Amino acid sequence: MDSGISKVTTHISHNEQLIFERSQPGRAGFSLPPLDVDEIPLDEIVPREFQREDNLAGMPEVTEVDVVRHFTRMSSWNYSIDQGMYPLGSCTMKYNSRLNEKVARIAGFANLHPLAAEAESQGALQVIYELQQHLREITGLPGISLQPAAGAHGEMTGILIIRAFIDARDGKEGSAKRRIMLIPDSAHGTNPASAHLSGFTVQTIRSTNEGLTDLEHLRELCAHGDVAGLMLTNPNTLGLFERNIKEICRRVHDAGGLVYMDGANMNALVGVARPGDMGVDVIHLNLHKTFSTPHGGGGPGSGPCCCTKELEPFLPVPRIVRTRSGSDGPDVFKLDFDYPQSIGRVKAFFGNYGMMLRALAYILTHGYDGLREATEAAVLNARYITHGLTSDYEKPFAAPPMHEVVFTDKRQARKSVHTLDIAKRLIDYGFHPPTIYFPLIVSGAMLIEPTESVGRQELDQFIEAMRSIAREAVDNPELVLNAPHTTRIGRLDEAAAARKPVLRWKPAAPPRMATSDR
Amino acid sequence: MANVPENLHYSKDHEWVRVEGDTAVIGITDHAQDQLGDVVYVELPRAGDEFVANESFGSVESVKAVSEIFTPVSGKVAEANDSLTDEPEKVNKDPYGDGWMIKIKMSSSGEVDSLLTAAEYEDFTKAENE
Repeated sequence: MDSGISKVTTHISHNEQLIFERSQPGRAGFSLPPLDVDEIPLDEIVPREFQREDNLAGMPEVTEVDVVRHFTRMSSWNYSIDQGMYPLGSCTMKYNSRLNEKVARIAGFANLHPLAAEAESQGALQVIYELQQHLREITGLPGISLQPAAGAHGEMTGILIIRAFIDARDGKEGSAKRRIMLIPDSAHGTNPASAHLSGFTVQTIRSTNEGLTDLEHLRELCAHGDVAGLMLTNPNTLGLFERNIKEICRRVHDAGGLVYMDGANMNALVGVARPGDMGVDVIHLNLHKTFSTPHGGGGPGSGPCCCTKELEPFLPVPRIVRTRSGSDGPDVFKLDFDYPQSIGRVKAFFGNYGMMLRALAYILTHGYDGLREATEAAVLNARYITHGLTSDYEKPFAAPPMHEVVFTDKRQARKSVHTLDIAKRLIDYGFHPPTIYFPLIVSGAMLIEPTESVGRQELDQFIEAMRSIAREAVDNPELVLNAPHTTRIGRLDEAAAARKPVLRWKPAAPPRMATSDR
Repeated sequence: MANVPENLHYSKDHEWVRVEGDTAVIGITDHAQDQLGDVVYVELPRAGDEFVANESFGSVESVKAVSEIFTPVSGKVAEANDSLTDEPEKVNKDPYGDGWMIKIKMSSSGEVDSLLTAAEYEDFTKAENE
């Protein structure tokens, strides 16, 4: 049936200019009332040396509606978790509920000044305290600080705590001999960065063909008396549960080291298994992954650090403690700075407080049973995808995955279709691509993490899209190699963008989009 | 199939070494640049920096990932190929020629002997891809 309406491709929203290019001399977003005082030359009231010489030539002259429409149109080109499945492995892009946002906007919390007196901040302090109690229970680790502002920040806090503990235990000389931090070759890049910044030298542990930590290699590396600790992600970045975790922790402990767990993949464990019970000494959590606070777009993140009783003295200050006023008076929450062995403050005020409210809302709305169910659904969803894709894509490790699964482009590469091409083609099917080329130890990796926030219908659509791309890679590889086709801009030249980036708009520049105009 | 010139020595980290007197010219192999994809940035040491064999002397950033590069031999850097700062694409276009990375004045000449020959390196990359 022909409606007689052809697709509009020349509308301004399809050819959005830069805001600079929308500028027209004399346009403004305001109109000031006439002056009701005498005009005085600037030089008379502000000495020359205090005047700024901003060169505003070329700043866009636009109206308010120009600005609103410009940015709104661009925002509509984004993909977001509110639009659909976002299977970015290792990122746990789960739904961020509206209720979280509502709670975070309660005026008493949102408008509270961070320097308000303790007595006037009791509710806010109680929220921190209660979230701490839940995270202690979830991790099985009694010490906690909610200060770190992101995952890598929590990581570094954890490693600094290990450093401080060893300094105290072994003395200056003994500690100086323990400077090795062991990190598996599948780890997130932030792990070696945190270790290095904390004064450690990184040694890499190999993974086995099964995709797990090589125990034999671990034993060799632990044999020299210089190991300060191990940084381990569990499940690891291949989506596999380190089933030897207790043995791994025992070996590191026997060698005098401590075990730090990267909590990036806690979405596979919450309510089911506790790192504290596995022998882990210190862990960071990502509230912006596991506990449904916003991820991406600047979050901001939140990376609480949890540790054993042994490490507790070294946690950042201030701590939030609960006391009683009188024998049966109400609870009183206090900031306690009196921990002389503490590594100190790692963040101004209390950390990213708005995220704590959202995480607490997430925990309370689910309850512990609900959290366990979410974990089970996250793992079930990843396994459902695994089952659906195994016939078309190479799965490098045999073990059933936890909350995320890694496939490779090995079969498609025979026709010169690679992971990047598959990811780009997936955009045409309406999905955000998975994480690609990570973990680094898997050639052509596609790391897929559906999270618990998708139902079977959408999982089936995703599987069908991926299988369809696998067929295209055989029957019509050009279609995949030149994807995406349905987006406003086609395949970008990423190498040129990185090698010769154009970072600043210049008037009368040549056409700015190097690739096909759509 | 990746190009593996006969006259070079190779490491299991995919670097090549060309011996010129007591100097070793070092770069990454054709196979390595192919696996990395388009190289967008190369970080190299300065002349005078010293390294021991298997130590990381810099990094290569491609559109896929950042990878460390390791020197297969010990010694002092005589020269670094600073032209790669502006033209990292040379690593992709000519990994054994214009894409060379550093020249090291070798402190021990025996180290190159333990490296792989062209044939051994070819077998090694084949096995790695299995």
